[in-house]
Amino acid sequence: MLSPEDLEALGLTFRLAGTVTLLLLMVCIPLAWWLARTPRRTFRVVIETLATLPLVLPPTVLGFYLLLMMGPNGPLGRLFVALGSDPPVFSFTGLVIGSLFYSLPFVLQPLQTAFKAVGNLPLEAAATLGAGPVDRLFSVVFPLTRNGLLTAAVMGFAHTLGEFGVVLMLGGNIPGQTRVASVAIFDHVEQLDYANAHRLAAVLVLLSFVFLLTVHLINSPRRSDAS
Amino acid sequence: MKIGGILLCLVIAFSARADVLRIAVASNFEATLEDLADAFEQRHDIDVQRSPGSTGRHFAQICHGAPFDLFFAADMERPRLLEEQGRIVEGTRFTYALGKLVLWSPDPERITGKDSLNGADYRHLAIANPKLAPYGKAALDVLENFGLADELRSRLVMGSNIGQTAQFVHTGAAEMGFVALSQILRPGKELSGSSWLPPDESYSPIIQQAVVLKESAAARAFIAFLATEEALEIIASYGYGVPDAVPGRS
Repeated sequence: MLSPEDLEALGLTFRLAGTVTLLLLMVCIPLAWWLARTPRRTFRVVIETLATLPLVLPPTVLGFYLLLMMGPNGPLGRLFVALGSDPPVFSFTGLVIGSLFYSLPFVLQPLQTAFKAVGNLPLEAAATLGAGPVDRLFSVVFPLTRNGLLTAAVMGFAHTLGEFGVVLMLGGNIPGQTRVASVAIFDHVEQLDYANAHRLAAVLVLLSFVFLLTVHLINSPRRSDAS
Repeated sequence: MKIGGILLCLVIAFSARADVLRIAVASNFEATLEDLADAFEQRHDIDVQRSPGSTGRHFAQICHGAPFDLFFAADMERPRLLEEQGRIVEGTRFTYALGKLVLWSPDPERITGKDSLNGADYRHLAIANPKLAPYGKAALDVLENFGLADELRSRLVMGSNIGQTAQFVHTGAAEMGFVALSQILRPGKELSGSSWLPPDESYSPIIQQAVVLKESAAARAFIAFLATEEALEIIASYGYGVPDAVPGRS
């Protein structure tokens, strides 16, 4: 039903969303933990504000500045060259970097809220019972914040799936590298090929729906009195 | 000057008499149309509002009732389709400019001629998406004509329209690219660097056509203005070929 090119775009989209979600969880869990517990108010507020900026900037604007930064003349591009690699613009790596900025607030905020809600009491209790820091993290914090963790992962994944403006600006529409589903749909529409646009959009929506539904099912208590 | 312009806009916006002309214009012609509109507004009490964008998107919007009076497309295909669907004022489809393609780099040393395409010293060649933009198709024509299409395929990056393609090159993200000559030749704002003009016969002509979507005296006046020597000179100064026949021009 879908052309091989569209299937490739769809696969790439899910690969991008998966990669970005994993990386963002790795970055945001420590960051959110620190933000939720640091007493340094001024510093915390500045970081929070910076992390919220991607929500405000139009994606194409964000994409344009990322393009400048990641090109051969940009600071990030130069860093990559200094490390013996190619500038990340027009590559899958470039899209991953762009999406990290773009989806950061969606992963950070649920985590921060969840970590704040834990409070000191359970941690102190666990410490009294002899649990070390790592043990406390895995046996107290993560179980208590399971919903927050899942929400963060789902939001990061879903938001990256729907990404368009950033990818359009710094992707260069390369099949298998940077042509994600949203860009492929855009191309079909611009070519007046509405039939293929509808098909790909329908598959994207359907797959996303099933994915989100699964996560919400796992996340929601079986009976209303269970919570 | 600027304040005068703003005041003028306000006066026009609040005066019931002044006509407004809404024009959907292809990205590559936007700067040229701005000059044309300025010259036109000096003679007529008509406010020209431009909406630049890709021809494919404009076409879709027009089919769904976008309130444009005139449509300056980047090709002849979309105006022809609109004509077939009866969405234009009969007999108003005409060629307003012939697009010229140029290989351009902001680096003054990079491009010395066609052979610069063969060099191993660059990673990305930007072109507009050949499926979407006539300038992209023309760029692919050139590469195919010189037998370079397969060799360079892995180095191609595509902008969704010619505006974005020029931006890839301008920012240095891609070392060079095929853009519209009008984009680097803007009078008074020429972009520096190096360039190569592929011979006209190496790509299918970029025939840019316009149509009137909604009949009005303002639309007629603008079309008539396009046929004047002054307008044709402005169009030519951006590096476009000037069509032989414009409606209203004998």
